[in-house]
Amino acid sequence: MVEPLQQPERRHPLRRTRQPSLPPMGRSRAGMLLTRAATEGRFALQRCGECGAFCYPAHDVCPGCLSTDLKLTDAPNGGILVSKTVVRVPADVYFRERAPWRIGMVKLDCGPTVIAHLHADCREAEPVRLSLQLDKAGQAAAFARPAGDTANAADDRQWREMTSPPKFRRVLVTNGRSAVGQATAAALVAAGAKVHVGIAEPWKPFEAGKALEGCTVVPLDVTDERSVRDLAADIGGKVDILINTGEHTRPGGLIGRQGTATIMDEISQTYLGFVHLAQAFGPAMRARGADGVDSAAAWVNVFSVYALANWAAFGTTSAAEAACVSLSHCLRAELRAGGVRVVNLFTGPLDTEWFQTVPPPKVAPKAVAKAIVSALESGVEEVFVGDVAEDVRQRLEANPKALERDLGA
Amino acid sequence: MAKPASRRTPYDGVVITTPVTIPYQRYSIESAQWWIGRALRALADASGIAARDFDGFCLSSFTVGPDTAIGLTQHFGLSVRWLDTIPLGGASAIAALRRAARAVQAGDCDVVACVAGDTNHVDSFRRTLENFSRFAQDAVYPYGAGGANASFAMIARHYMKRFGVGREDLGRIAVAQRANALNNPHALMKTPLTLEQYMAARPIADPIHLYDCVMPCAGAEAFLVMREETAAAARLKGAKILASIERHNARLDDVVQNHGGWVADIDDLYAMAGLRPDDMDFVQTYDDYPVIVMMQLEDLGFCAKGEGAAFVRAHDLTIGGDFPHNTSGGQLSVGQAGAAGAYLGVTEAIRQVLGSAGPTQVAGARTGLASGFGMINYDRGLSSGAVIVSGDG
Repeated sequence: MVEPLQQPERRHPLRRTRQPSLPPMGRSRAGMLLTRAATEGRFALQRCGECGAFCYPAHDVCPGCLSTDLKLTDAPNGGILVSKTVVRVPADVYFRERAPWRIGMVKLDCGPTVIAHLHADCREAEPVRLSLQLDKAGQAAAFARPAGDTANAADDRQWREMTSPPKFRRVLVTNGRSAVGQATAAALVAAGAKVHVGIAEPWKPFEAGKALEGCTVVPLDVTDERSVRDLAADIGGKVDILINTGEHTRPGGLIGRQGTATIMDEISQTYLGFVHLAQAFGPAMRARGADGVDSAAAWVNVFSVYALANWAAFGTTSAAEAACVSLSHCLRAELRAGGVRVVNLFTGPLDTEWFQTVPPPKVAPKAVAKAIVSALESGVEEVFVGDVAEDVRQRLEANPKALERDLGA
Repeated sequence: MAKPASRRTPYDGVVITTPVTIPYQRYSIESAQWWIGRALRALADASGIAARDFDGFCLSSFTVGPDTAIGLTQHFGLSVRWLDTIPLGGASAIAALRRAARAVQAGDCDVVACVAGDTNHVDSFRRTLENFSRFAQDAVYPYGAGGANASFAMIARHYMKRFGVGREDLGRIAVAQRANALNNPHALMKTPLTLEQYMAARPIADPIHLYDCVMPCAGAEAFLVMREETAAAARLKGAKILASIERHNARLDDVVQNHGGWVADIDDLYAMAGLRPDDMDFVQTYDDYPVIVMMQLEDLGFCAKGEGAAFVRAHDLTIGGDFPHNTSGGQLSVGQAGAAGAYLGVTEAIRQVLGSAGPTQVAGARTGLASGFGMINYDRGLSSGAVIVSGDG
């Protein structure tokens, strides 16, 4: 039985902020296959291409037939909890600070026995479902939850270490003028977060209407380093989740345009905006990664899926977004020390005015907002939103050159 | 299909001599090399055979890295014609004496120094855990297991539920060993332990509590293996090896470990010795946790599977009791000096059958069994071994 999470009390101003520590990060190369699955929210194990056996822990050679053909394969996630323990005196600093810590042994229906983190409601000799989660070190960890639903399941203390739920957290949504920003702010308020929404050039007309009800609107122009620093000085110490919804999209390719004004603007809005936000908010978030129920937890980037494969019709926008994807990996590495995760959402064309001439399917801003909340609550690292984004993801894996030709047509 | 008769050749003409113990320390600022070197010196001093005349060397240690046995030959000035490093944790001593016995029996060498030693710096234990094995690194250590406690806790819980074993049953083992340890001047634990104290101990990883755990420490244990005539020439008393077995990653059906690998070969062990479990004057099991002791008593044939609890209730496990067990106090009360923990029961068994155990001597002990268990690579201990030794008291 999990007690419902309570609104954390205000911090005592004189109390030291607990420094973040991380669970052990080392994994074998083969073990990293599971980390890949965890980033995407898949439950997958290695499966032998010759004898068909699933294996765990990660092997290089099948223990059944000595084949080296072990591919990451989606696996049935059901099993039985065969034993468990509560570790009260762990050797590792991360776990020592979080003890007592529950772990158990799960005999999977598909074969292997897995030592897993254990949700409080798991019962011995009863069915559980296993998932691969990213722990605070950003590595895959098996997590067992009861097969059925239980009350307040998401409030389980150990589950919360594997996720970044917005409930009771303070969130900054960077662009309150965009449809995605507004939908996201509303979804986060509904999920129990306290939301700040940035508005650039607040003297310009602004009609959010009811979308930003319950949110605090703050001035934020990401192209202006000073503006970003001013806001960070004001609220940087209490931003637990930052949602970077730049959403600066301009149609047009490279040589049809003369001069660099549009491109400079894209870089300024998209790339340098990201840089300014990271430099201003990143250090405090990294330092507050273990700061209680409302610790800093996640940084979410909303990118166009064309960041991963250039769409010539939006060629320079795609390139600026691609630069941001690269930068996000740098940010992910730097925020890891704080246990703060970086989540990248890749969307297909949005149902907004800048994609006016693009035929459907298009992604509703609300769908992006829903995907953000779901990613935070489930703990994934990469999300593809909408049919087009999913199409691009699959085609990049299948034949990136064919995709490149099509996007250039 | 009937199991074919064992074709194991007896260890005729081979003896184990000169059991030595370098008294343990809870923490040490010295290196593993220092502890191992002291054990080697103690072997030479106690046997009267110069270290330069040891022509075989067998090493087990967790903390000697980056060295292995070869680096130590130069460090210690040994020139050997037979060399082995045995990284089998708690099964290392059994494996060492088996390999050394065959080497001297075959004439590949004459005198093998078998040594296990480890230091215990303040951070040694944690470092050993971090780098224990690949499966542990991938699939145990990231779960807060912090060493073997959590894995053995899950094994213990499952075993206790399955066979109706209570903590007080396991406590009898720990309490009896503490009583034995009070006779051993080298034991780190020097105060009596009652069953009430055992039951009231703080939990470490349920159902493992404080007195189920060994205390990591620094120390070394060693013995020599040679032919009988070599021992006679040096005027050394030796223990004979009547039988021995080892088994690694036994093919067991246990989802959670209920057996050790002994069960695969136990009939061979007694057949080779021509003895039965009842014939043992004492037993030294590998006691990283009392639950593993209980499993061993079953798997080594002293009682049937599931009857371990009844067995310890029905017997007195102290030195003067009807089933003398871990007479030195075992790792639970002497301390676990890394790989030397594997040797502790074997050196004690040799002393017992040679009549040189002093304050822990079992009266009239001539024949006894020592077993080893080690390497919890992922979800179970992989290595197991056992030996029956005899001596003239």
